Amino acid sequence: MSAFRVEVRVMPRATLLDPQGQAVEHALHALGFGDVARVRIGKHLVLDVSAGSRDEALARARAMCDRLLANPVTEDYDVVVDGDASR
Amino acid sequence: MKRVAVIVFPGSNCDAETLAAARAAGSDAYFVWHHDTDLRQADVVILPGGFSYGDYLRSGAIARFSSVMTAVTAHARAGGAVLGICNGFQILCEAGLLPGGLMRNARLRFLSRPAWVRVDQIDTPFTCLYEKGEVLEIPIAHGDGRYVVDPRTAAELEATGRVVWRYVRDNPNGSTNDIAGIANAGRNVVGIMPHPERRMQAVVGAGNGDGDDGARVFHSMEARHATQHAVDVRAVDDRHLRV
Repeated sequence: MSAFRVEVRVMPRATLLDPQGQAVEHALHALGFGDVARVRIGKHLVLDVSAGSRDEALARARAMCDRLLANPVTEDYDVVVDGDASR
Repeated sequence: MKRVAVIVFPGSNCDAETLAAARAAGSDAYFVWHHDTDLRQADVVILPGGFSYGDYLRSGAIARFSSVMTAVTAHARAGGAVLGICNGFQILCEAGLLPGGLMRNARLRFLSRPAWVRVDQIDTPFTCLYEKGEVLEIPIAHGDGRYVVDPRTAAELEATGRVVWRYVRDNPNGSTNDIAGIANAGRNVVGIMPHPERRMQAVVGAGNGDGDDGARVFHSMEARHATQHAVDVRAVDDRHLRV
């Protein structure tokens, strides 16, 4: 068993209104960053998962997302597993 | 007299008012702690408002895995009446007992103020004493009140008459189709964002003597035997259609 560093990115579904992203986009425009568009805000979760392999860690992390970390009705998620077993 | 279990989660803050509202309507209401696994022969379960688990991760996301929710889910699946108010509504959605989810208010602000809702469906255990189309003044107090659901489910909710309450005058949080409250297919599980337990006395209203607009939500639970038959037939039909 090794500890894998798992990073989960949870984003509000693209078709849904993201008022936080909109507010930040307006603020960026007000600061002169007119080149910014479609700002969206999600969550970034970092976990250490003990698993026998990288694939197992990925599968466990996906199960966690499906059950708790993301809401399948309103959010999408991506999972990245660090290949190194280092903590 | 109905036995009404008011579930208390860490962070619930409308539990005492909800218990008082149920008792004022004549129910034998009592608290059930979230660690408990026994609803003590409840006829009705109410998940009250508040901020269970500090709304961490998502509103209701952690509360839905409380041990008591296994019993609440079994009660709901057996056709027992369940009402989720505000955070309770969020928990019911997270638990999959109601479709959809509740997201941050469209204009981001936490809203604590009166709102106006129209009663669109009266064949539920919590609205049977209202008249269809009646407009109620009931306060809201939420940051995550924007009900969202995929277009197909929204169309199904509309087609099957499962939008129970709808915001009128204005939509405070940007919810889909101005939805303020919905029911499940069996019509026994109901969620509402506004707080009917805060409108139990005429004197607390916005000035029109309508401060008891929420009271019939609780009186309906007691009066349900009068409409039991109609509700049951509908529930059977819905289940039949889903099979």
